Amino acid sequence: MNRIEQRFQDLRAKGETAFIPYITAGHPSLEQTERIVLALEAAGADVIEFGIPFSDPVGDGPVIQEAAQQAIARGASLRTVLALIKRLREKTQVPILLFSYFNPVLAYGIQAFARDAAEAGADGVLCVDLPPEEAGEYKAALDANGLCTVFLIAPTSTDERIERIARACTGFIYYVSRLGVTGERSSLAADLNDALARIHRHTDKPVAVGFGISTPEQARQVAGLAEGVVVGSAIVRVVAQAGEGPDAAETVRVFTQELVRAAKQ
Amino acid sequence: MSEFEPSSTTQKHPWPDAQGRYGAFGGRYVPETLMHALDELERAYAGVRDDAEFQATLRDLQQHYVGRPTPLYFAQRMTAQLGGAKIYFKREDLAHTGAHKINNALGQCLLAKRMGKRRVIAETGAGQHGVATATACALLGLECDVYMGTEDMERQKLNVFRMRLLGTRVIGVDSGSKTLKDAINEALRDWVANVQSTHYCLGTVHGPHPFPMICRDFQSVIGREARRQILEREGRLPDTLIACVGGGSNAIGLFYEFLGDAGVRMIGVEAGGTQIVPGMHAARFAGGAIGMLQGAMSYVLQDENGQIGATHSVSAGLDYASVGPEHAYFFQSGRVTYTHASDQEALDAFQLCARLEGIIPALESSHAVAHAAKIVPGMPKDQIVIVNMSGRGDKDVQQAAKFILPDEEL
Repeated sequence: MNRIEQRFQDLRAKGETAFIPYITAGHPSLEQTERIVLALEAAGADVIEFGIPFSDPVGDGPVIQEAAQQAIARGASLRTVLALIKRLREKTQVPILLFSYFNPVLAYGIQAFARDAAEAGADGVLCVDLPPEEAGEYKAALDANGLCTVFLIAPTSTDERIERIARACTGFIYYVSRLGVTGERSSLAADLNDALARIHRHTDKPVAVGFGISTPEQARQVAGLAEGVVVGSAIVRVVAQAGEGPDAAETVRVFTQELVRAAKQ
Repeated sequence: MSEFEPSSTTQKHPWPDAQGRYGAFGGRYVPETLMHALDELERAYAGVRDDAEFQATLRDLQQHYVGRPTPLYFAQRMTAQLGGAKIYFKREDLAHTGAHKINNALGQCLLAKRMGKRRVIAETGAGQHGVATATACALLGLECDVYMGTEDMERQKLNVFRMRLLGTRVIGVDSGSKTLKDAINEALRDWVANVQSTHYCLGTVHGPHPFPMICRDFQSVIGREARRQILEREGRLPDTLIACVGGGSNAIGLFYEFLGDAGVRMIGVEAGGTQIVPGMHAARFAGGAIGMLQGAMSYVLQDENGQIGATHSVSAGLDYASVGPEHAYFFQSGRVTYTHASDQEALDAFQLCARLEGIIPALESSHAVAHAAKIVPGMPKDQIVIVNMSGRGDKDVQQAAKFILPDEEL
């Protein structure tokens, strides 16, 4: 069984919520990402999202935009990130989800990408700007290579769309809890409870909630409602601040561990 | 005139299909948050496309506010100088606000108002679409914010002031290349956050479906008029149509009505910049590959990793890494030929047109004029070329002076 599916199954049996940190792969450097992934695993991360840096990230706020730009400047690309995952697989079996925009995948070649991503040891892929309607060849290729296909559901998704997207998802469903781009917010969406109930009426697949979650308190609240909590910009910000010094990975581990504890309470 | 039946373009050219595709191009590649808004827009547009009242309102504004039909002008001195085919200009530069952009902006803002949206956002490169949207919003009492790259704001100061004068907030975009592509990214981010109250008035035949179709339909008035005007004037169809292609809305606008006329050759002129080397031009069909940028599958200037490439053009309105998906379809089908003109060729044409015709074309349109100047001398004198004079060059005078008179202070 795919590592992502296995992890959600284990967590379900334990009645636990998944904690899913997002990092921009290659930020601040590919070498540092390797150390940060191990630190995130040590902190208790269940699935790690590897943001594939893209020049034009329309779904992202300023923190991730800047991280992506830095990563690209320092040589990160889909190809070098897959090579990084291959190296990491000698050290860790933590589930890895690639979080990309579609054009880098398209430029790599959909079939070659699915084959190489699976071979490198990735477990699933989410393309932010690829709704299921446009994902025919992509989904078939990922399915054939045993990779999870995660798609987004948004507050604006109609019941009809929720049904369709939930069907296309394997591993888990990603619920974008806020209108707008990625970034830290001071409070959670007021209608989160209703929104998750609506999704759960259509599917029993696990739902992870992301966009705007940055504090342990928010992580704790979301953990009470969903099967997974995603924290992105807040972690990317800490990675940026920590830099590449000898304590950087430890700083990220300590910050993440607090979020994990809150999500697992 | 029975041999000149109205063009049957729409029957012969059934695109986009129900998925918003033009052959392999187009589609709807956006974050999920926007999918519902695009469905809603598609339905609202279907509701007005054949709605007599909406179309009558639009026609009335086109006539009395925009000043349509715009003239089809015989450029006699340029024709004499080049010594070949007869050159006509379709004078979109005489439309209100000085470019064809008003055709789309007015249509979309009317639609936005009908959809109950209180706020309109837009991106702009050269500033013409921003000015057109700001104008339509002033006319219709809508709130308007325009995103513009800070490099373009510098190149197009006059248009920035015009927008502000019209009551629009111009928001500078400092990310990436600080040009049109980055302004679109920022507009998309705004739209994702404010989709319930806001209409995104996309200014060209690009972006996710239904934008390329809506923009094409509102711009196709250019070709409908031009076809009728040339038949009245010359009693026959033109041999060649030439238009510049950034996103490609003025070109589609001119070409669309002629698609069914097999004898009419169509040429799209991209920005050749300084040379066809990555980062120094915006000729997507010369240096790009199939890719997906900002919602549509099309041709894209990109590197081997799928990162979007830097572009350059003397004209801000052509300085864009992708091109409308319907153009990608025409490129593959061969119905339209795509070529490019360099910065220098455009600047030469800019001056030639000013001196010979007393018309200062936009630097964008100057690319089309430049290509006409290349091919017309080799064409027989009884042939006819229509060049889309998509905009006026007043906005470009300062920018052009830097190249033409580099040592003089204006």
